[in-house]
Amino acid sequence: MKEPQTMDVEYAANLARIDLTVEEKKKFNGQLGDILQYFEKLKAVDVEGVEPMAHAFPRHNVWDEDESRAGFSAEEALSNAPAKRKDQVVVPKVIEE
Amino acid sequence: MPDSLHEKTAAELGECLAQGEASAVEIADAFVARATAVDEKVHAFLHRDDEDFLAQAKRSDERRANGQSRGALDGVPVALKDVISMKGQPLTAASRILENYVSPYDATAVVKLKEAGALVWGRLNLDEFAMGSSTENSAFGATHNPWDLSRVPGGSSGGSAAAVAARQAPLTLGSDTGGSIRQPASLCGVVGMKPTYGMVSRYGLAAFASSLDQIGPFSQTVEDTAILLGAISGHDPLDSTSYPTEVPDYRKGLTENQGPWKLGLPKEFFGEGIDDEVRRLVDEAIAFYQAEGHELVEVSLPQTELAVPVYYVIATAEASSNLARYDGIRYTHRSERAENAIDVYSKSRGEGFGEEVKRRCILGAYGLSSGYYDAYYLRAQKTRTLIRKDFEAAFEQVDAILTPTSPTAAFKQGERSDDPISMYLSDVFTISVNLAGIPGISVPCGFTKDGLPVGLQVIGQAFKESEMLAVAHAYDKTHQFGRRYPEL
Repeated sequence: MKEPQTMDVEYAANLARIDLTVEEKKKFNGQLGDILQYFEKLKAVDVEGVEPMAHAFPRHNVWDEDESRAGFSAEEALSNAPAKRKDQVVVPKVIEE
Repeated sequence: MPDSLHEKTAAELGECLAQGEASAVEIADAFVARATAVDEKVHAFLHRDDEDFLAQAKRSDERRANGQSRGALDGVPVALKDVISMKGQPLTAASRILENYVSPYDATAVVKLKEAGALVWGRLNLDEFAMGSSTENSAFGATHNPWDLSRVPGGSSGGSAAAVAARQAPLTLGSDTGGSIRQPASLCGVVGMKPTYGMVSRYGLAAFASSLDQIGPFSQTVEDTAILLGAISGHDPLDSTSYPTEVPDYRKGLTENQGPWKLGLPKEFFGEGIDDEVRRLVDEAIAFYQAEGHELVEVSLPQTELAVPVYYVIATAEASSNLARYDGIRYTHRSERAENAIDVYSKSRGEGFGEEVKRRCILGAYGLSSGYYDAYYLRAQKTRTLIRKDFEAAFEQVDAILTPTSPTAAFKQGERSDDPISMYLSDVFTISVNLAGIPGISVPCGFTKDGLPVGLQVIGQAFKESEMLAVAHAYDKTHQFGRRYPEL
């Protein structure tokens, strides 16, 4: 396991798909490093044999009845899309020529 | 009488309506006038549709005239934090990335409010995507604390708390992921409550951290919170984490439940770091319970100091995943500088998100990333189990737990904005309640020498809101600090 003292902000920002300005990178470098340092507290906890908790009151196999119900029209579903054409969202080309 | 309608509680407004002393239209007019007069100073609202509000009021009056009133909330206004969907109304989450978004559907809580006849009105300010503790992280300007406009109202539901404190709405809804209802309620001198996880449907709530988020009420009194909670609770098939359980009559429970109770005082919550005046006022409230014949028991929640780091690992991880949907493709903002598909994501998010949201998404992505997952996310989830077990052990001894809601009264604007950790620590007393999934309520318990409100937190057992509200009401009905409001 790696033991990070500082965060590679550029690497993590790319994972999060967020463009940062030069100033933001500089500011976050210090701040996120401090926060990680603060998280170090967790390493001292004895969690041997403890089950991880994802939810307070987990519910499993929650099924809906298999029946149709009213949904959005294409127009409603696309009402907030930034670019659309013929009931579809327009996006930049993703296949290389 | 109509002059003072904006001062009234929801229970009083319901009574006025039932007695024919005021109409829903008069009530709606009174709140529009009040908001118009004071919101320039407070900035609780991001958006108001007064026309729709008055149309709803008119329909409420028509129902009543036809003998078809829907009960205690019919004709009573409820304003919404701007993360709760209402069909045809904007939902920005105080973010540039959703600046022009209009909800195509109603949240389940809103559906239920409409069914109860409530007048659902207004979009209330918050920290962007509910990330923050001061409502300074709004892309559309900060909200001011009505008790001292140079101070923060708390957050993230700062607009919801300030609107009630400034008497711009008798009831509001907020969302609470780590204290985002209770902490601003404490700082603004109103009642604010987070229900048990699963009690109120999250359908139509813009997600921040799905395993922690809950919608909950703000009001002047615990009685009003009981009324509003009853209206929005209940199982919803549209939220798979919604819990199938009965919704009791919370209002009736306030008087049916009298104790005597065993009330726990967690020693870890009364250590260093609490402001002296907060400590004194909370101690006085605790002494009241003792004088009333309830038993005080010292309990221990040993993992308390781990709650903040556990929360920030889990909440940022869930946020980085939830906020991936704001990708520039489906919802409103898309960067004009984007040249390819990846660019659309990165540039749209870089332009659309504010600083704190970026910080948290990056932190969350990092905590989930290969090589760090075990050290951060998995370890935090295991520690979360230990925090829940602490509460389970405490509740074997006591009926409810009493603590301060926030270690300090309202702080100055700008004071903590560049220091994320000190901002995170303002939620130190509320966060563990979300991690354990249990309910908590902040009740106003007095004012500092500078005239700033302070809150007492009552923590209850899972799905036992009724008893927790009764404990809170026992204090609130005789003290009524939430009935006071500042000159504006």
